[in-house]
Amino acid sequence: MSVSRKSPASTETPVDLLPTPSHTVGPFYGYALPFPEGEQVAPKGHPDTVTLHGYVLDGEGNPIPDALLEFWQAAADGSLAGAPGSLRRDPVTGGFLGRNGTDFTGFGRVATDADGHYALYTLPPGNAGLPYISVCVFARGLLTHLYTRAYLADGADPLLDSLPAERRATLVAAEGERRTYRFDIRLQGEGETVFLEFE
Amino acid sequence: MALTQSDIDAEVGDLQDAYDKAVAAGAPVQNHPPRDYAPYRSSVLRHPKQPLVAVSGGDPETVELSGPVFGVTDVTDIDSDLTIQHQGEPLGERITVSGRLLDRNGRPVRGQLIELWQANASGRYAHLRDQHPAPLDPNFTGVGRVLTDDQGRYRFTTIKPGAYPWRNHTNAWRPAHIHFSVFGTAFTQRLVTQMYFPNDPLFRYDPILRSVTDEAARNRLVAEYNHDLSQPEFSLGYEWDIVLDGPSATWIEEGRD
Repeated sequence: MSVSRKSPASTETPVDLLPTPSHTVGPFYGYALPFPEGEQVAPKGHPDTVTLHGYVLDGEGNPIPDALLEFWQAAADGSLAGAPGSLRRDPVTGGFLGRNGTDFTGFGRVATDADGHYALYTLPPGNAGLPYISVCVFARGLLTHLYTRAYLADGADPLLDSLPAERRATLVAAEGERRTYRFDIRLQGEGETVFLEFE
Repeated sequence: MALTQSDIDAEVGDLQDAYDKAVAAGAPVQNHPPRDYAPYRSSVLRHPKQPLVAVSGGDPETVELSGPVFGVTDVTDIDSDLTIQHQGEPLGERITVSGRLLDRNGRPVRGQLIELWQANASGRYAHLRDQHPAPLDPNFTGVGRVLTDDQGRYRFTTIKPGAYPWRNHTNAWRPAHIHFSVFGTAFTQRLVTQMYFPNDPLFRYDPILRSVTDEAARNRLVAEYNHDLSQPEFSLGYEWDIVLDGPSATWIEEGRD
């Protein structure tokens, strides 16, 4: 399918193209999408590092071992500009060098392990309002990805305040010891996580 | 008892009829597959039952209206040519896949990351969980990355993937496809999808493709053979443009919500 030949150049009247449909990530992305230090968004050893972690669960409460999570957030100073270098590559071998230890890219990608567990090491986001990390969920069986938010604090927030208490609680990560935050994602059923759409 | 292809065909047909009737009666066109699509069995326990909660796009500080950026550090020169990543040449039909990455206004998305992965020419993935008895190719991994250029264009050299069996039902086969992962300027525009090849006889039997119940939307997942992209004595050309959905900060800046 080619739409380019039918669409005008970008300087002409805007067109309204129809979007490319989503499809499931399938079971075999594991050798393609995850990359070393995808979970290490904070510069290693940074004293402000927090750990966001939890399980991804299906409608029967079973862990999902083949989910892929992506995370996007503001930097500690509130910047949403991001930075390149999440997948920093080695031009000699074609492999991965890991992050450069100084830049904050704001982007993380983590595959769940055999227990359906994930962990992300990052810095507290400095976005306006309550701090939150945007989470995008992909999995075999999920035909279109899902968005949610992991809030690292509770309080006044337009989204949280629009939800009944029980549902609101699914978006607020539980603070634990040593700067850890527990955030489980339930795709279906009891305690189903609130998922978002953007208009 | 194991499900047969005709069981799946009947379910797919019912859902197709229901969608077509709804649209004829004035329901909105669905550009994306429903998450609850029972003919694809793995979806049954993995879709939310509660409706999605809308976050309106009026606030430019909404984190999801921006998104990750990538640069020259994130790709290497050979990432876009999947046929030169090993010592020898992979087996199969060499192809060039190219197109543009656009937003819904037709504007090119520049300098963004496109990732792809695929089975080899025999229909086998370089993944431990793919154990179906087709040969692995020591000269083909099937992973590519590229950054779009100033026109939003991308280009890969690869091998045409084979069809392969899966266990959704008895005698289930996926049509040949390439998985794509694409970023826009906003996290809301994130897209993971699959590109198909024209006129594949397996289309009608595949509950994953058929989960896109809108026929025109389904057709947007199929690349076009483009003879001008074919390279003499080297590869066959397929063109596939990708249009990203979802609001971005630029929409708001221009007063479109």
